[in-house]
Amino acid sequence: MKDSISVMYEKRPRTWVTQAFLLVLALVLLLWSGLSIESSGSGTGGGKIALNILSGLAHPDTGLLFNFTKQGVAYLLLETVCIAFLGTVVGAVLAIPLAFLSASNLMPKPIAFIARIFIMAVRTVPTFVYGLVFVRMVAPGPFAGLLTMSLSSIGMVSKMYIEAIEDLDAGVLESLTAAGCNTLQKIRYGVLPQLMPGFASTAIYRFDMNLRDATVLGLVGAGGIGAPLIFAMNAYRWNEAGSILWGLIILVLLIEFLSTRIRVKLARG
Amino acid sequence: MSLYDKIFPPRITTLPNGKSVAKQRSRAPVVILVILALSYVSVKVTGFDLSVVVRRSKEFFVIFARMVPPEWGYMSRVWKPLMDTIKMSLLGSAVGALLAVPFATLASTNIVKNKVLVAAMRLFFSLVRTLPTLVTALIATYIFGLGTLAGTIAIAVFTFAYLGKVLYEEIETVDMGAFEAMESMGATKARAFIFAILPQVAPSYFSNCLFCFEGNVRYAAILGYVGAGGIGLILNEKIGWREYPSVGIILLALFVTVFIIETISREIRRHLT
Repeated sequence: MKDSISVMYEKRPRTWVTQAFLLVLALVLLLWSGLSIESSGSGTGGGKIALNILSGLAHPDTGLLFNFTKQGVAYLLLETVCIAFLGTVVGAVLAIPLAFLSASNLMPKPIAFIARIFIMAVRTVPTFVYGLVFVRMVAPGPFAGLLTMSLSSIGMVSKMYIEAIEDLDAGVLESLTAAGCNTLQKIRYGVLPQLMPGFASTAIYRFDMNLRDATVLGLVGAGGIGAPLIFAMNAYRWNEAGSILWGLIILVLLIEFLSTRIRVKLARG
Repeated sequence: MSLYDKIFPPRITTLPNGKSVAKQRSRAPVVILVILALSYVSVKVTGFDLSVVVRRSKEFFVIFARMVPPEWGYMSRVWKPLMDTIKMSLLGSAVGALLAVPFATLASTNIVKNKVLVAAMRLFFSLVRTLPTLVTALIATYIFGLGTLAGTIAIAVFTFAYLGKVLYEEIETVDMGAFEAMESMGATKARAFIFAILPQVAPSYFSNCLFCFEGNVRYAAILGYVGAGGIGLILNEKIGWREYPSVGIILLALFVTVFIIETISREIRRHLT
């Protein structure tokens, strides 16, 4: 008995060479990146600014927070939610044909490859570049933000869609064919029930992310809560920034809670 | 039985053998109605107008068309910011990922029995996660000055919050048998954690780290916009001067970099899981 244990112990996998190599590689990479970190240095003392930020967060401007006109936090949040919502819907719809084109189990290899490269290219362009282009195309404002959101959603959403499509269980379709269903019936009873939960869950997750990323839109004047927040921060009006941030944090937490619940429900069927 | 089933009673079908089965009515109409209503509100608030898109859609391609052909001569000036971006993401991801381990451990219910501590840790993760990266980057530039340091810190904070959540969920679904066995053999909690829990979560942890790194390279491009260093700096500058061929080469370089990093990381992740 004891012998067999020691025999197995002697035969244990020896991976220290690979592990040491990987460790050295990681350390070299980190040193390489760590040694060239630069900073212009803070002029007025970073500690003081940090304290100001914290005190602004602790004493938000309640007048702004509970102001229900068009300049108040509530309306700005509503606008942000609307941009994120419609942007997600448009993006999620546009992603469907792209995802089917690049699913390697449905399309010939070359078409799928080209479609994937296209999706990657769409995904690589940073959000604010799209924002600038759309601001020039339609006037600055929430509409441009909506278009930006939908275009920047496409990449990640179609990537997840592709995975769902490639996981399709062909057995279900075969049995429907055997039962004498036509193509439309096969799509209705074989394909849609398999894809819908995954698609819906992806779209809801992306809505979550879009809401978080919506501040970026403010940089280029594409509406939402980003612009007032960034203006307030650039002007060191930390109480104002604090009230906007608190509104945003509460909204994001609320939406995240709801979206997690819905997605858990979708996953369990 | 939910309220919905009371209003729209399920359809009862009687089978040939006399048994009856109830099929719940589809929820689809309600979901569709809710989506339509929300879309209507959103259209009103954002001023969505399809005719403008159709009429002005040419403008969208005008700017992208001016980026072709890209200005190849500018490439020599792109290398440094591009490398800066990669370095920022690498260091930021590593720091964030390492910091996430102890905090995520404290936030998992199966390791820490103190409910208050777990709840506090989770609330902390949620709060950090809701901070938009852009805001973190802006604050970092105020505190640490302009430059890559601010960007690295913003990326580290984001990675910390994201990986922390994924990691504590991972730790909670781990098989506790090995941990209990080691504890009953007299190992301390820390020792049992290192030898029984960590090996189980390590593959997916590293896989998630790489995934985060991939995303961070992409995200780091935005950080330059607020002065936090990297490729966004020159991108913003060239867009401001409307030198679109230079913008074209920057975007192309970014695309190739992201493609290479994604390919490598996908290969490694396939080996890991």
